[in-house]
Amino acid sequence: MLLDIVIDGLIKGSVYALLAIGFSLVLGVARIINIAHTALYMTAAYLIYIGAKPLGLSPLVAMLAAVGLTVLLGLVVYRLFIQPIQEHEAAVLIATIAVAMMLQEVFLMAFGGHYLGVPPLVDGFAVIFGVKVTFQHLLALGLALLMLLAVRVFLMKTRLGLAIRATAQDREVANLMGMNVTRVAMTTVAISVGLAAVTGAIVVPLVTVEPTMWMHPLIMMLAIVVLGGLGSIEGSFVGAFLLGFAESLVVFLVPMGAFLKDSVALSIMILVLLIRPEGLFGVSFEEER
Amino acid sequence: MGMLDAYIRRFLAVLRTEILVLPSRMAVVVFVLLLLALPLVTQDGYVLRVMILTAIFAILAASWDLLSGFTGQMNFGHALFFGVAAYVTALLNLELKFPPYLSIPLGAVGGVLTGLVVGIPCLRLKGSYLALTTLAFPIILLGLVFAFPGVTGGELGLSGLSRLTGSRTGDYYLITGLMLALGGVMWKITDSNTGIILHAIREDELAARAAGINTTRYKLLAFCLSGFFAGIAGGLYAHFLRLAGPSTLEVSLSFQVIIWAVFGGMVSIYGPIAGVFILNPLMEALRVVLERFPGLPEMRMFIFAGLVLVTLLFMPEGLVPWVRDKIETECPRCKIRNAFTRRRCRVCDAALD
Repeated sequence: MLLDIVIDGLIKGSVYALLAIGFSLVLGVARIINIAHTALYMTAAYLIYIGAKPLGLSPLVAMLAAVGLTVLLGLVVYRLFIQPIQEHEAAVLIATIAVAMMLQEVFLMAFGGHYLGVPPLVDGFAVIFGVKVTFQHLLALGLALLMLLAVRVFLMKTRLGLAIRATAQDREVANLMGMNVTRVAMTTVAISVGLAAVTGAIVVPLVTVEPTMWMHPLIMMLAIVVLGGLGSIEGSFVGAFLLGFAESLVVFLVPMGAFLKDSVALSIMILVLLIRPEGLFGVSFEEER
Repeated sequence: MGMLDAYIRRFLAVLRTEILVLPSRMAVVVFVLLLLALPLVTQDGYVLRVMILTAIFAILAASWDLLSGFTGQMNFGHALFFGVAAYVTALLNLELKFPPYLSIPLGAVGGVLTGLVVGIPCLRLKGSYLALTTLAFPIILLGLVFAFPGVTGGELGLSGLSRLTGSRTGDYYLITGLMLALGGVMWKITDSNTGIILHAIREDELAARAAGINTTRYKLLAFCLSGFFAGIAGGLYAHFLRLAGPSTLEVSLSFQVIIWAVFGGMVSIYGPIAGVFILNPLMEALRVVLERFPGLPEMRMFIFAGLVLVTLLFMPEGLVPWVRDKIETECPRCKIRNAFTRRRCRVCDAALD
């Protein structure tokens, strides 16, 4: 039981962390509240299903192709529908909602509401302290942690990462320092969508693929981003594991837990915000005018 | 007779000088007249039902605009007010046998209290933090609704509320009339002193504070007002459908409200109302059309989202402001609006171009 909770919490936490970091990158650099972020995660999951089941590709090839296609889709949507109206914040917001709805409806039309599954990459299980843990879970956990590390290194150690952080901090000054802000924004969108897609690839063997699978991660992701502090990578990381474990605990221990998991996670977020309005790791900036 | 004559004369004068001079005002008058005349044309239950629901959602969208458009307090969880009021109304009606004319106002009071409960923690939050936090409240409540099916009816909701008036046409006139009246009240609020202060908070909260305005109090007021109007919509919804279910709290309803309002044009009250009255009947018409082609998969929502997306590309400010800019021009000197056909301003005679 305890180990179940730990493994489940770790996987949930790292998945949410990947999603939340991708989301806050775009929020910071391009000032877009991207509601469609988890819908793109779902898109990757569906594409992997299409590749692995009807097309019969090997799962690994399907995953790589799916990630590539999802990034392409994200960039096309951004270029066609989001960039032209970027000045209008409210319009961008509902444009992303509309994109999310369209993706959901496309998959609903194509596959109906059926619960679909993708076979695991690796079979078998290990017995740790008397608890069965499948290799797929361990693989997902390892990949997620590896991705988190890679993102961290990318943002902190590379020139492009520096440009992204600078643009997130102050778009105008970054522009004055000679960075091509538009291109940085474009790159950030690609990276963000890529992270969403990779997350989809990591968890797809563990979850059921269905057209509304983006809703729950979306809510958790938004809560985590606010909880950790907008634009703070460390905050997203800590917040993700906090809420990931909270969710596992509630699901495993509380009766009716499946209904209450969102409520508990979001209540934690609100409690934290009451004490620290700028989130756990957020910096309270001077009021923007 | 002389009195009546004078009144008619005055009415015609107002009509000529205030309403017929501007296409947008004519459009509003035509819209109201059409709305009131609809049951004379058709008594079809389905059409009336669609229009009643549209009117209810119009109140909801306008109340969102009051809070998020005018005051700038981006609310992602507007379904909360709607849902709380629907459930409160349903419980009062079912458990205490309150008639609709008591249960709906009390449900709206529930909406106001919810506004207070949500508003107080949200006062400390700004911008995106506020938007994402407000999203949380209806979801928390939804979890509780499912976890305690004894009180809330769980997934099925509370059903069997008493009827509003007894006839479809009666319901139609009651709800449409209320929609027009409440829309007018909301528009008046935004036009009043309070409304200007709310607008000032949206534009620059710091400056408003520096001007000696207690912005905290006004933001809370905006939450309560918005909660009140959304609450009336929720109560009407519960009594009209005779059902208060979890769908009134769902995230998709909150998103839907934002889509209606932004599509119609934020910060105008009439924009969101127009948005609902365009999108909602359009979707129902689409349902009827698509039912002719049973081979097609269910693609209504897809078309809806696509339509919104494409419209935004051309009218990012929303539909109504876009149309208004096309049919009216602002006088460069006195800032009075004029019909696009005029060469010179109707008030100060400055040249328009």
